[in-house]
Amino acid sequence: MTQISLNGLSKSFGKNTVIPGLDLDVQGGEFLVLLGPSGCGKSTLLRLIAGLETASGGDIMIGGARANQLEPRERGCAMVFQNYALYPHMNVRQNIGYALKVAGVPRAEREARVAEVAKSVGLGELLERKPAELSGGQRQRVAMGRAMIRNPKIFLYDEPLSNLDARLRVAMRIEIRKLHQKLGTTTLFVTHDQVEAMTLADRIVVMNKGVIEQVGTPAEIYSNPASTYVASFVGTPGMNLLNGDFDAGAATIRLKDGQVIALPKDASPPLPSGPLVCGIRAEDLATGGAKGLNATLQFTEELGASRLVHTLLAGETVIAQHAGTQPPAAGAAITLQADVRKLHLFDAVSGRNLGHPGGNA
Amino acid sequence: MVERTPLINLLTHAVLLLGLVILMAPLALVVIAASHDFKTVNLSPMPLIPGGHLWENLRAAWVGNNFGQVMFTSLVVAFGVAAGKIILSAMSAFSIVYFRYRLRMVFFWIIFITLMLPLEVRIVPTYAVAANALSPYQGLIDALASLVPAISIKLPEWNLLNTYQGLILPLVATATGTFLYRQFFLTVPEELTEAARMDGAGALRFFWDVLLPLSKTNMAALGVIMFVWAWNQYLWPILVVTDQNHFSTATMQLSKAVPGLAFGEPPVWNTAMAATLIVMVPPLIVVILAQRWFVRGLISTEK
Amino acid sequence: MEKRVTFNNLWIAAAFIAPQLFLVFTFFYWPTGQALYWSLTLEPPFGGGNQFVGLQNFKAVFADPHYWDSVIRSVIFAITVTLLSVGFAAVLALFADRNLRGHQLYKFLYFLPYAVPAAAVGLAFRFTFTPEAGFLGALNHLHPGLWDPTRNGWQALLQIILGQSWKMAGYNFIFLLAALQSVPRPVIEAAAMDGAGVLRRMREIQLPLITPTFFFLFVINITDSFVDSFGMIDVTTKGGPSRATELMVYKIYLDGFESKDYSLAAAQSIILMLLIVVMTVLQFRFVERRVHYS
Repeated sequence: MTQISLNGLSKSFGKNTVIPGLDLDVQGGEFLVLLGPSGCGKSTLLRLIAGLETASGGDIMIGGARANQLEPRERGCAMVFQNYALYPHMNVRQNIGYALKVAGVPRAEREARVAEVAKSVGLGELLERKPAELSGGQRQRVAMGRAMIRNPKIFLYDEPLSNLDARLRVAMRIEIRKLHQKLGTTTLFVTHDQVEAMTLADRIVVMNKGVIEQVGTPAEIYSNPASTYVASFVGTPGMNLLNGDFDAGAATIRLKDGQVIALPKDASPPLPSGPLVCGIRAEDLATGGAKGLNATLQFTEELGASRLVHTLLAGETVIAQHAGTQPPAAGAAITLQADVRKLHLFDAVSGRNLGHPGGNA
Repeated sequence: MVERTPLINLLTHAVLLLGLVILMAPLALVVIAASHDFKTVNLSPMPLIPGGHLWENLRAAWVGNNFGQVMFTSLVVAFGVAAGKIILSAMSAFSIVYFRYRLRMVFFWIIFITLMLPLEVRIVPTYAVAANALSPYQGLIDALASLVPAISIKLPEWNLLNTYQGLILPLVATATGTFLYRQFFLTVPEELTEAARMDGAGALRFFWDVLLPLSKTNMAALGVIMFVWAWNQYLWPILVVTDQNHFSTATMQLSKAVPGLAFGEPPVWNTAMAATLIVMVPPLIVVILAQRWFVRGLISTEK
Repeated sequence: MEKRVTFNNLWIAAAFIAPQLFLVFTFFYWPTGQALYWSLTLEPPFGGGNQFVGLQNFKAVFADPHYWDSVIRSVIFAITVTLLSVGFAAVLALFADRNLRGHQLYKFLYFLPYAVPAAAVGLAFRFTFTPEAGFLGALNHLHPGLWDPTRNGWQALLQIILGQSWKMAGYNFIFLLAALQSVPRPVIEAAAMDGAGVLRRMREIQLPLITPTFFFLFVINITDSFVDSFGMIDVTTKGGPSRATELMVYKIYLDGFESKDYSLAAAQSIILMLLIVVMTVLQFRFVERRVHYS
């Protein structure tokens, strides 16, 4: 169970700073997902840990020892690359066994290990094929087999599923999770797909512009986002965000068009009056009822089990869950009922979470 | 990548530096030799510290070889070949790619096969053609006339020896550029053609307004590579120019640059090297200034 | 590959392709046909039309020991030049591709030799190798006459081999570097994570992945050595001393333009053409067999 600690880790390419300085502790045996849009520095972070990039500052501690100066092969990490990075001129057997060959493992032992690993990733029949003769899913398995054979202390995955079609992606996701359950190896997994992150992770690290926005379990990240960024990035759809003005005396939030959301008096957060952003998830926003927020319906998204209505409220698009079966036509007026106890309040400038009515800050 | 390989890094630098010395040495020697006076340059071995006679030798070489006129001729030829290639190959590739007619593939192969045999292997008959560029057609007519005597015609002679046309046209008559353009045209999305046709553009307009602007980098690459190639031609110019005292290209001039041996005198290496320097500077400048295009052109014309 | 959308105005199609066809016919097909015609005929000494003599010219060529000498020398020249310049360029490209400090300067300068006219290369090497002055001439201080490419045929051949190799090294470097750069970076990183060091990665990952480029360069270098050595030879050795550097193209030139024996020169041209065609076909076979890594 190898732990990883990053202390003040930074990385710049020339004048371009990708990671300004970052602290993170990865517990031994944990499945940690680095989540963020492309260019947020999550892949760079992974490559820093792997030793494929040299840190500009700070420390990388692997298993308690400083690893900054260690070469990739000395760090005990194995990596699955985005495009698999299989050796095109070698067959499956050679691809999986290359690390052992380099390490000078005798041929007989090597063959036995390769056969064992190939079997466990379901490639037993394909050992003589070249990567070009394999399907996307099979290549993916070769890449995983190649990572497994070295019994690494740490698994690193760099967006490994992004080139697969949707069905295969779900299947491979399950296999990766199973592999982790079986081996219990510390795993870092980079993705931009929040569904992938939610389903795989013990903990998620949400990154934005080289900075960690939030670290937490999937449930924490979803139900208690640390910032507007996390709130809108995580969840399908992302959280609705509305600009408004908080009136501490009346315990109300006045939206841009003058409509007012009243917070429960007993649970009004101890905030000074002033502008803020209030967020609410679509499932906490119901349609219908006589009273409520007046919005205009733009269109309806049919999801089968439920349907989402996209509405225009105070000049901003707000998505709500529609309870009834037959939503009104586009352009119709519609009322929205907010579950005010599920409301999130964010700072208007920094976007940090200020707590929610009845909840903790 | 984090790599602690000081020894291999040292080896890398040593190899790269040695490579640089080997590849630059001949160029450096030319410059150094061109900077010495007659006596110093004939010392054995020649001192490697440059002397102070570079300008003097360059001037002597320039005047002695009539480089004012010769360089002009070479420039005209190099530009002519580059321009000819750019224009003719864009046109022929357009015809092959954007039209559908029965002879299309035949023409394609007719042009393609010329890639195989460079001018050097067919110099003798090409020379004969250059002496009278209409001789192939005379030959055709004669062959026909032997069957149908009525069409016997005597074409005039069109002598290309000692002319710019003679230097340029045979060098343009290969397929390199056509292929570059063909490959490029094939990557132009069909939607673009459809959109242009929807907008009412005909073939000419599409070629001029859409394809040519898109081909700019290809044209530059082809132009650079062909300029250098044409400038460096040697064999064809010495054949097609029979009156070398009045008409000469820069590279040809080098064959006359080392006088002396025949008369038992030591050769005038300093001015000979100055002449070499003058002749190799234009293509080097072009390649240095347009390095990206040169490399790109090289790789895409060969593959 | 074909375009789905085409234009209909065939007059334009014809007008656009006509100039190219005209040039190609006049300066390629007619001369090539002419060479074939001359190689099969002989011009009678007292005028009149050429007479068909079958393969007599070819027999004459093959019976000439000087011709076989020129073939052997051309083969030696082509093979040494190819091995030397491709090998040298490969080492440089592998190390330059490590992208250590200064790599951009190296990459920029290494290919410059290819831009130098062959005649200028020849003259530069002739000076460097001249026995009276230059550099290798200094060998003669050790023992008079030790180095003299104007008298020693092998030394003369060595001189043009080095000149051509030097020029082609820049060309080969460009292609090998481009090939190395097209090897996906993650593949090399994966090898590093698998524990392979710098030299091992070069040997087991990078070199195998650029073998198609090696095949391609072998063919191009050999073909080029056969046809493109004229300028260098003409300004350095003029085929001498005593025919030691008379390669195939140079012999065609001498027979055709100095001796004015068109038939003999034409027969040699045809043989050389066949040789080049065979090489080109070989190249296409290799190109076809190129492994497509995706």
